[in-house]
Amino acid sequence: MNLWQFMLQNHVEVIELTLEHLWLVAVSTVLAVLVGIPLGILITRRSWLNKPILGGANIIQTIPSLALFGFLLPAPWIGERADRIAILALMLYALLPLIRNTYTGIKGVDPAVVEAGRGMGLTDWQLLFQVELPLALGVIIAGVRVATVISVGLATIAAAIGAGGLGEYIFRGLAMVNNSVILAGAIPAALMALAADVGLGWLERKLSPN
Amino acid sequence: METSPNNQTAIEFCNVSYGLNGGSEVLHDLNLEIRRGETLVLLGRSGSGKTTTLKLINRLLTATEGEIRVDGRGLSEWDVIRLRRMIGYVIQEAGLFPHYTVERNIGLVPKIEGWPESRIRERVHELLQMVGLEPRMASRYPRELSGGQRQRVGVARALAVDPPFLLMDEPFGALDPLTRAELQREFLALQARLEKTVVFVTHDLREALLLGSRIALLEEGQLVSVLTKTEFMASQDRLVVAYKQAFDAGLGDYS
Repeated sequence: MNLWQFMLQNHVEVIELTLEHLWLVAVSTVLAVLVGIPLGILITRRSWLNKPILGGANIIQTIPSLALFGFLLPAPWIGERADRIAILALMLYALLPLIRNTYTGIKGVDPAVVEAGRGMGLTDWQLLFQVELPLALGVIIAGVRVATVISVGLATIAAAIGAGGLGEYIFRGLAMVNNSVILAGAIPAALMALAADVGLGWLERKLSPN
Repeated sequence: METSPNNQTAIEFCNVSYGLNGGSEVLHDLNLEIRRGETLVLLGRSGSGKTTTLKLINRLLTATEGEIRVDGRGLSEWDVIRLRRMIGYVIQEAGLFPHYTVERNIGLVPKIEGWPESRIRERVHELLQMVGLEPRMASRYPRELSGGQRQRVGVARALAVDPPFLLMDEPFGALDPLTRAELQREFLALQARLEKTVVFVTHDLREALLLGSRIALLEEGQLVSVLTKTEFMASQDRLVVAYKQAFDAGLGDYS
């Protein structure tokens, strides 16, 4: 049975797994944005937190994903459901590009512009929201883009702990030694990563000042 | 309130020093009075402490020793945000917000101060006219302006909420000579009308003599002397003479 036949016959399941995959990536990325961007901002304000926070995010990144899924199994509440574990793990992986790009983006704003704003009597919050974040937005979106593309790929591994998603087909195909089944998982995942890359790349260009 | 408005002290430095953390002193034991309505020029070479002196006034830097008084009150008694909003700040290359139009650049502080939209728009147009820019410039972005136009917007932005003080850090330093002369003339006309208390940093003696009511000469973090133009031209002080010679020689080459 070739790939197209397989996908046509199982189109309901293909769509279900794609949606599951999308759900894992979307929820984890949104959570990572909500945690990572404030952390990135925080380390531009409290430089002594810079090393521990970036270092921590870096260390997480070095943990093999399969191992991280395993580590989270005994965690209370999280460990009760496979999708919770998967979302938490994916979120943790997405943190590094988000924290780093937020930090780099804000630090990269022309110091003369920041000083002019400070000298005009903007409060720290006004400076952040009126000047620094708008000017860093392009770099921050680039971080979201990297994080999302990585997440789409990593989410396939979530199937190993039963969290669903397109990884189901990849693992099933591997077990059955059936390339068509592997591709039925890999191709939609690759298309999803490409779509995220193109879409967020467009947003990045649109939101970059100048 | 004190009486005679012209000799009233607006900004006062009392034994002010500024040093970097555990390092060398950038400014040493500065005593200086800036009078209301005057243009005091801080003149000195790079690294003499001019910009440091300026930034101590709006607390972008904090003195390590001594006290600075604005309107008779020590800087620590001021709310720093309130203080900065009554001190216009103009820097080289203007430091305009690249993501905002000219109108939003100029109108930002009024907006934060809670002015109604109509009043902001009116004020922006008034200011554009004041600095010699056409009303259609309001919708432009800084990148679409020439250096001279950007600097005019920088001045307009600093004047937005009509602050009594103005700090200018080599505002015309990056401009070509013709534009520079034009802006200097306009600054004089504007200052004659507005009578702000201005502290103006430059390393250009000609600019200092043209714009300043008094010149404070700085060298290696120390105040050498504060002189009027006439006093400056007559002075036999070693450093003053060196300045005059440097600029005379410069002129001599071309005459």
